[in-house]
Amino acid sequence: MLDGKPPAERIPILKLGEFLLVTIQVEMHDRLVMTLQDELTHQIVRHRARGVLIDISALEIVDSFIGRALGNIANMSRILDAETVVVGMRPAVAITLVELGLNLDGVRTALNAEKGMALIRRSLGPAGGLDAGGS
Amino acid sequence: MPAVREEMLDVRSDEDVVRVRQITRQWAVGLGFSLVDQTKIVTAASELARNTLIHGGGGSTRIEELRDGSRHGLRLTFEDKGPGIADVPQALRDGYTTGSGLGLGLGGARRLSSEFDIVSAAGQGTRVRITRWK
Repeated sequence: MLDGKPPAERIPILKLGEFLLVTIQVEMHDRLVMTLQDELTHQIVRHRARGVLIDISALEIVDSFIGRALGNIANMSRILDAETVVVGMRPAVAITLVELGLNLDGVRTALNAEKGMALIRRSLGPAGGLDAGGS
Repeated sequence: MPAVREEMLDVRSDEDVVRVRQITRQWAVGLGFSLVDQTKIVTAASELARNTLIHGGGGSTRIEELRDGSRHGLRLTFEDKGPGIADVPQALRDGYTTGSGLGLGLGGARRLSSEFDIVSAAGQGTRVRITRWK
């Protein structure tokens, strides 16, 4: 559970070959969401990343603010020639999102990190991904 | 309807919005809400607490446990002394926004609640009250 932890000031972004990995494990206050959005965009360019995997399996809610940020990240990364996949959304979060009216247009999702990584690799084609020796 | 117990929270910062979510979650768990119902009420609380902060310039959230016979409910009241909403029906429409948001906050919170009530007057502030019954 996330409850009780003090709010963090940034979320770590890990570089793995051509991919950036983000695992959100803290309670997301709005400033933190904006910081993540900015930092990810910069790091996509800095590392010439081709794929971004965002794991939200620890997130207990996704409200309209976080949902919008995920959409922004997906759109900005696409413009920068990187694919974003959001993985691990909890079923209760998905049900709530639909009722809230948020359909996460343009955001690709996968059930878990493994499936998400496969999705990114496929979209990059045969030359893409770690196995092709990208760095 | 009289509340069985209540708790007041300030809404003055991003961290306070997070706190409203956490405390709402604790109460919903305590009342035995299902995981989906917990998620719905916490999400609605997040939208409305953010409205209180951004549009109302800060305010408060009151969390109350209601009992109606054998029914248990959680009532949340968000109150601010901000500029108020000139056109409430318009503000409830999806996609209507005065700020940088998606305009889903009010309408979305209403859909996630069993009961929804809003009182707003120009120059006097806004009070939004939602209830979710178990």
